[in-house]
Amino acid sequence: MVTTAEAPPPTTTRVKRTRTGSASPAQRAGLGTTLVFLAPYVILFGTFVLYQIVYGLWISLHEWDFLLPGKPFVGFRNYTDLFTPGSVTSERFWDAMKATGIFIVLSVPLLIVIPLALAIALNKKFKGRNALRALFFAPYVLGVAVIGLLWRYLLDPNVGVVNYYLDQLGLDRIPFTTATPYVWIALVVPTIWWTAGYNMVIFLAGLQDIPRELYEAASLDRATAWQQFRHVTLPGLRPVMVFVLTITILASANVFGQPYLITQGQPGGETRSAIMLIGEEGLRNFKMGSASAMSTVLTVALLGISLLLLTFMRERRERKKS
Amino acid sequence: MPDSPLTSRRLSRRTFFGAVGAAGAYAALVACGGTSAPPGAGGAATSGAFGTGATYDGPPVTLGFWNGFTGGDGPFMKKLVEEFNAANPNITVEMNTLQWGDFYSKVPNAVSAGAGPDIAVMHIDQLATNAARSVIIPLDEVSTALNYTEGDFDQTVWTAGIYKDKRYGIPLDVHPLGFYANKGQLTTAGITQMPTDGASFQAAVTALQGPGGVPEPFWITATWPAHLMFVSLINQFGGSIYNPEGTAATFNSEAGVASLDWLTSFITSGASPANVASDAQAQAFRQQRNSLTWDGIWMMNEWAKVDGLDWEAAGLPTIGDKPAVWASSHNMTVTSQAAKDPNKLEASRLFIAFISEKSIEWAKSGQVPARNSVRESAEFTALPVQSTLATQLPHAVFPPTVAGIGDVTGPTYELAVNEVILGKSTAKDALAAAAAKADQLLADNRAKYGE
Repeated sequence: MVTTAEAPPPTTTRVKRTRTGSASPAQRAGLGTTLVFLAPYVILFGTFVLYQIVYGLWISLHEWDFLLPGKPFVGFRNYTDLFTPGSVTSERFWDAMKATGIFIVLSVPLLIVIPLALAIALNKKFKGRNALRALFFAPYVLGVAVIGLLWRYLLDPNVGVVNYYLDQLGLDRIPFTTATPYVWIALVVPTIWWTAGYNMVIFLAGLQDIPRELYEAASLDRATAWQQFRHVTLPGLRPVMVFVLTITILASANVFGQPYLITQGQPGGETRSAIMLIGEEGLRNFKMGSASAMSTVLTVALLGISLLLLTFMRERRERKKS
Repeated sequence: MPDSPLTSRRLSRRTFFGAVGAAGAYAALVACGGTSAPPGAGGAATSGAFGTGATYDGPPVTLGFWNGFTGGDGPFMKKLVEEFNAANPNITVEMNTLQWGDFYSKVPNAVSAGAGPDIAVMHIDQLATNAARSVIIPLDEVSTALNYTEGDFDQTVWTAGIYKDKRYGIPLDVHPLGFYANKGQLTTAGITQMPTDGASFQAAVTALQGPGGVPEPFWITATWPAHLMFVSLINQFGGSIYNPEGTAATFNSEAGVASLDWLTSFITSGASPANVASDAQAQAFRQQRNSLTWDGIWMMNEWAKVDGLDWEAAGLPTIGDKPAVWASSHNMTVTSQAAKDPNKLEASRLFIAFISEKSIEWAKSGQVPARNSVRESAEFTALPVQSTLATQLPHAVFPPTVAGIGDVTGPTYELAVNEVILGKSTAKDALAAAAAKADQLLADNRAKYGE
């Protein structure tokens, strides 16, 4: 990028260059250039992430309604409220966290196993493979509003299509959208149908990165299909697996559209997710202080989970090396 | 929900971004929250700001007009706006429709950013909140200039538009619950009169369930509109949701328990299926799978669309000791954004007057006009459903005019009704827990809005 034919470079650059004759191109370009290249990301990150996080923390220490002149500082009260049983927010918040947790526990394993099975099946060579891949990925392009309404009407306890057929078969109707535990089916099944294709595509890419020679070597050693899967495919997929696991957990933790549209938080507030509650508290009831405090607690929990996963991956790597 | 199509080949880095993504989602939420400065423009309209002229002669002005008429009501309002624009060459009203669900979170943001509406339609239970948050401005000058007095409007709704001694809304309509029945099924069951009290209602349900009838004639939903039925019933049984000052929840009462018992009795007796989801009862009414339903007056146009559905409407039967019905009202409001431009204020007054006077057209969308002269006109009495349901207006129940009251409903009695109808809790326990929460929320709101 820096050519001597153009205007003379800044003094600092020249000094650097004379001092370190055999430096790397980046070092030769100097600190100024490095900063210029970093700037777009740093500015975007600073404006849209870092500043917002700090501002959010600041808001969470207040009783904050951006339209009211008074925003009294309340210290950590928004946080202590969350951890004080019987306060206005604690019960609703922990119910929402529990609902979110249940959703993660129910959806994430299925969102790993099913896409992995699909990816392995669709990694084989057969006619119509590409069409099938596209078919499984297709629901992912739909918006949450579309899939939400679609499944709500499919699963309605009394006027839904699924229950119509259960009726025809002489079976009892199942209250998918209004009663536990069925509500979890109404949330998890649409989510799998909707997003499994995305994870499948990532697994497919991961599978294609596994060297074919490893399978050849394994089959020479008379490894069974299961042994090949267990000792070649899974280890080969580990980095992909950790990535998919992390984004799937985070995405499931941020679930909003499905409970908002399909179960509407029913029964009672048992399927109201954390994001649903935070949105309601902050953007509908304009209690942005306590909503920010809830967001912070949720974020800390999610960061904890992510770090746990990262540590898990690192340990495995080191063990392999030693 | 995965939404980060990161495709870098360095997986460890991707995983790291995954973790950062969690923080990013958080940042996005915070970003929605508080970036705008308070407008501080509440009550900025000076004396005489709304003008008095019969026409607008100032420079051309454009008014943003926002409402939530996303259903069959939208085209009616759009037609009125077009008529107004044609009659007032110097005023252009631009109508923008968004879901009511998003409306009350978007309008305050948009107004404070100066990119919102100048005129907004708001429900009566939202006036106090938006007044306290300086989203809308007092309209006493408008009503004075237009010579509107208490005698021109339905009294309950006119009074409900006043917050802290100032008027914030010009009522456009009143929309109560109504009682709808499948006429064909009633006739088959040998019932010629719409039930008017608890005994005749129960008799009708039993008769409808007779041989060759409808096994499940009256569906009780677990959500909307069950809590609206609850509001109607508790008032019929002599109770109330809040005290008149809006400082305490009073729904944890014998009347509250009696209301819920009445609702659940239909599920126990098998006259209603269990676990009826929101609006499924309306779907079933369209399909003639149930015979009786309590729903908003605005649903009348939905029934009219269904081929072969023979239906009729009446006021809610009096199940308790006295008639009472849940109702709400659409109100014309002017935002603090318009207050910065005197021309906009003057144009707003003319637009509000025009819509108010033309509210007979609006009534056809399934509403009862708030204006007495319109409601008493021959044109309105010729609308059979609307004029029948309009007889309920003296018994209409509105929530107290207290800021933040709309936020209390969802997490409190609406939730209690849901839990009881789904059999998750007893009426007594659910109402007690919800009332305690409501009292806390009301106290919080008092502190927040300084009342």
